[in-house]
Amino acid sequence: MYAQMIKSEATKEDPEMLAAFQARIDAGEKIEPKDWMPEGYRKTLIRQIGQHAHSEIVGQLPEGNWITRAPTLERKANLLAKVQDEAGHGLYLYCAAETLGVSRDELTEMLLDGRMKYSSIFNYPTLTWADMGAVGWLVDGAAIMNQVPLQRTSYGPYARAMVRICKEESFHQRQGFHVMMAMVKGTKDQKRMAQDALNRFWYPALMMFGPSDKDSVHSAQNMAWKIKMNTNDELRQKFVDETVPQAEYLGLTVPDDTLNWNEETGHYNFAEPDWSEFFDVVKGNGPCNTDRINTRQKAWDAGKWVREAMVAHAEKKRARDSRSVRP
Amino acid sequence: MTAPKEWPLWEVFIRGQHGMSHRHVGSLHAVDAEHAIRNARDVYTRRNEGVSIWVVEAAQITASNPSKKGPLYDPAKDKVYRHPTFYDIPEEVGKM
Repeated sequence: MYAQMIKSEATKEDPEMLAAFQARIDAGEKIEPKDWMPEGYRKTLIRQIGQHAHSEIVGQLPEGNWITRAPTLERKANLLAKVQDEAGHGLYLYCAAETLGVSRDELTEMLLDGRMKYSSIFNYPTLTWADMGAVGWLVDGAAIMNQVPLQRTSYGPYARAMVRICKEESFHQRQGFHVMMAMVKGTKDQKRMAQDALNRFWYPALMMFGPSDKDSVHSAQNMAWKIKMNTNDELRQKFVDETVPQAEYLGLTVPDDTLNWNEETGHYNFAEPDWSEFFDVVKGNGPCNTDRINTRQKAWDAGKWVREAMVAHAEKKRARDSRSVRP
Repeated sequence: MTAPKEWPLWEVFIRGQHGMSHRHVGSLHAVDAEHAIRNARDVYTRRNEGVSIWVVEAAQITASNPSKKGPLYDPAKDKVYRHPTFYDIPEEVGKM
């Protein structure tokens, strides 16, 4: 889940308007940019879509780290295509957020000065090539769990962006699993690397769904607005149920001694991640928080002259063209 | 310090296949039309999604007002005779 702990904004509008708005959502109607919407709905969505977009953009960094060191030309091309997709997903989502009245530059500034967050998962380092497998398989796998239901979210532009994203995301997970399959069939060292990557990414992947429902204070309003479609625990369980057999197929061990199949519930029992670690990472103390933001800040600063030069060039060209068409 | 100038927003329309009409797919920022087409190619057609791209600056689009939905569309609602099913044709006439 790329949007974690989205705080719901209180809203204090005319109860009649609010009721009519809720009725539209309950009837399954989509809310479009120019429609009336409660201020709380608008602000909460900006926060959620913004965080989602930032996650796509920052999410390029852990994988970008390995593009130049991919083991084969084919893997390099695969990874490049995936990272380019993440950039595209960020752009779809930024545009969806902008329809709510926030500018692209404001969104970027809020990421850089810490007012907006991105998913905690991207604050973990990618230490070996096997991490490219684990990230695609687990991180994109967890993202898909969350994004598929969001295709039915109440806000039209967000739902449409999610449809595009979901179409592309499946390739990401499969390419990751493909990397893992090659690693586990490789040398002893390669298999060890694959296991090590699973060990390191398992719990951070479980954290992607956000804190347990009992600690998730904003769920109810966001679910009523259909900007959150499932509870955190529901999605986490679904992820575990789908992923454990995949790990077994690879011959890898999920790093959880308590993991077992529960006949009665038809689900796996599993250990919760260490939530104190999660809150610490969200607060900015993960292994890579500083590095990620510094990298984005550097790109923003170093790109400034390019952004300005592009505008200046376009203006010059416009002036020249308008002169040349004069009789 | 002057506020940095943001690139204008463009709406992107793509013809998916020959014979189909262009369809709105999303938006992006670009300094001019040529730049917008180039960006649209990267952002919206990475998997052969189109055979033709249109871009139009978002500021140039005039949209109907959602709160005027009633006065705009209601007059069409009671003109059921605009639909073929309004006219009963006997079966013996055959397919029409």
